[in-house]
Parts: sequence; structure tokens; C-alpha cells
Amino acid sequence: MTVALETCHVLRDAATLVGRAPAARFLGGGTLLVRALNEGEADFSTLVRCLDPTLFEIRVSGSRVRLGAGVTMTGILANRELAFLHSAARSVGGPAVRAQATLGGNLFAPPPYGDLCTALLALDARVSVQSGYSARDVSVEELLRRRGDGTREIVTGVELTRPRDARSFRFHKVSKVRPKGVSLLTIAARLEESGGRLSWVRVAYANMAPAPIRALAVERALEGRRLDRESIQAAAAVAVDGISPPTDALASAWYRRKVAPVHLSRLLLGETGRAA
Amino acid sequence: MSHLTLSYHLNGSARTDLVEGGETLLSLLRYRLDTTSVRQGCKQGTCGSCTVIVDGESRLACITLAATCEGRAIETAESLPGRQGLHPLQQAFMDHFAAQCGFCTTGMLMAAKALLDANPNPSREEVVDAIGGNICRCTGYQSIIDAILAAAEAGRTGVAPASLRRY
Repeated sequence: MTVALETCHVLRDAATLVGRAPAARFLGGGTLLVRALNEGEADFSTLVRCLDPTLFEIRVSGSRVRLGAGVTMTGILANRELAFLHSAARSVGGPAVRAQATLGGNLFAPPPYGDLCTALLALDARVSVQSGYSARDVSVEELLRRRGDGTREIVTGVELTRPRDARSFRFHKVSKVRPKGVSLLTIAARLEESGGRLSWVRVAYANMAPAPIRALAVERALEGRRLDRESIQAAAAVAVDGISPPTDALASAWYRRKVAPVHLSRLLLGETGRAA
Repeated sequence: MSHLTLSYHLNGSARTDLVEGGETLLSLLRYRLDTTSVRQGCKQGTCGSCTVIVDGESRLACITLAATCEGRAIETAESLPGRQGLHPLQQAFMDHFAAQCGFCTTGMLMAAKALLDANPNPSREEVVDAIGGNICRCTGYQSIIDAILAAAEAGRTGVAPASLRRY
């Protein structure tokens, strides 16, 4: 299949082009779209890339962080102020994939990929999307709900609040291949404490559903409590409540249900997943 | 069909080629320019056998569109041997029996070169991470890791790997 490549220099031009042509897709690092092209699975005839500098910017101002959608995993790893995201970025592929894979692309990565997206979900990040000249922000949850519904918008960046300290954000990727393989389960958790109790909890899983999801029952079990063995046990007991994990080549739904509480407990106990 | 003009450097030489929008760097280098060290493996960005270095960073040629390499400097394993013979990494791979069937070797060498160019004194863990995207089904990886560490050591001390000293 012949595919055209259009290069834009400002975001609104790229958004307009993608919005206008149903067979156009916005190109990030190419780890998903060029792969689809190689596999003969391309549902597009035009790829649109954008060289707008804002797409590649990392801005940290106090506790606020803004990352352009074109920021790569390597770019995140090179920034010390983003240390809380390093374990998630490092979990993506080898160095060559990390140099190409973008934050924006990770939001659209199908299972078993999308580890950084899981971290962004737990961090309650807001995603900036643009359609033509109009831009707006949506939650990661909303973006994931609408993923693949044919909306002709492009993701331009994400904004989030930095965790208060390294202990309050945890990320753990579970893989059967060491030292690195694809994830059969990824857990990200943001645990903000106030007065010794968990005042704000967000826990997200990848590969327990068609897209990263929040573990709402776990969040409810932890909120307002001290993070101790008792509350962790309570969280583990509801680790897969309301969740129907898939059976795929990596693991069965039964296996995922069995191991999710174990890995969640380890993460909450601080045995795994502390930020680098 | 519209073609794009691509100006870039390949192994130190300036080039200009016409490429199609959807043409991968693998297709350009291996099949049109006969740069056969760039191996076609999975074409999914999974096996690492097509690893090249673009502007100092390792990249997978199979999932890189050639047209996105405008103005970039691309290095392949063809650039490794110098006037005095094999590159220290190539020599170390020989000394440590780090290649068996050899299919992954050129990709491994480029992944290793990207690491050593950026970090001449890597730890074992850093070497493991650097080749984390390169699959070898023969060696079990340990000999490759040993070879890369030996090449790093040779680079630091200025002492050639073992077999260069012997002969």
C-alpha cells in the first residue's frame, strides 16, 4: 500500500489535515503506525507528522509538569525533574524503541503495551487534544474511553502534577521474561498522604482490560486509611473487583486474577515499584 | 506516486536519495543501497536486528520512515572497521565468541556502539539494558555482554582486545 507523508510545522495545520482526511493518521515515533504499515494492517493512506517545537517541549514549573506529545521515553529519562516517571519510561522497550516511542503514541498503544499511559492514568494527567484551531483538555480516562472511535483530533501534550515525594508514586511492570519483556500486568499507584492517612489514591492497571483502567475498588479500600498491612490486605482482597481480565498469549484471565493481588500488595508494601 | 528528496549522511558520506513517504529506513538502506548489515528480522520493532545509529541514538530501521531522517547522520555496521582493521567491539565479539549464527550481530554491535559512545564506562546492568531490545537466539547473551564490557575496558585502557595482542 502506498502511503504519503505530510510534514507540518505548526500544530493547527497538522490537526486540520488529520481532521479533514479520514484516511490520515498523526505520526508520533512510528512504533505503532510504521509497524502496522509493515504488517499490511494500515488503515490509512496518509501519515501526518508535525515539527512544531511545542510538541517536543518539557516544561516543569513548581509542581506542574507539561509534556509535549512528541516527547520520547529517552527524553523523559534524560530529565531529572521527571524522575518519578523514569521507571515507567524505562520499562518501554530497549534504547532504540525508547528513542522513538513518544508519550502521545503510548496513549494509543494497544495491549500489551501502554505502560506509560498507565502511569499517566494513575497520575490523573490531563491530555491536550486539538482539532483544527480548537484545543481542549480531557482526562486520560476519557481519552481511553474514546480511543478508536474515529475522533479526528490529535493529542498535543499532557499536563500533570508532580507527586509530593518519590514514595507517593509507584510503578510495577510484571513480565515473564527477564530482564525485560512485554507486560502481562502493569500497576501504577499514586498515594498521597496527609496526617499519616491516604488522602488521595489512584491505582491503575494495564493489561487487565482492553485499555488501562482504574482499580476503583482498590482506591476505595485505601482512601482515608493508613497504609499498613491491614489496609493493604483489604486492598488486595478487592484487587480485581469489577475487572474482567483477558486471556491472551501471555496469561489466562485466571492467572491474572490470581497474581494481581500479590503484585498489588508488593507494590503497596514498597517491595517493588518505587520511583528511581 | 510522490517522492520526497532526502538528504542525509550515511556512514560519513553525504547522500541525497528519493524516497516514498511510507518507505522505511530498512528498505532504503538494505534493499536500495545494499547496506546489508541492516538486517530484516521481525519488521515490528521487536528483534533489534535492524538497529542503526541516527544522530548518536540507536534506532530501529524497520519502524523508522526514511523521510524522517532528513539532515540526519546514519551509521551502520559497515562504518565500524577502521584503517587498522576491526573495530574494538567487533574484535571483542570474536574474542568472546559473541556471535554464533550472526544474524543479530550487526544490530548488537550498533546497540553496543551507541552505548559506548554515550557511556564509555558502562556497568553490566547498563549493558544488559542497552541490548534489551536486541534478541539473540544462540548465545544466551552472556558472551555478548562480556564482549561489550571488554570493548569498553579496551577503550578506557587503550589496550587492544586479547586477539589483537596475540597477533
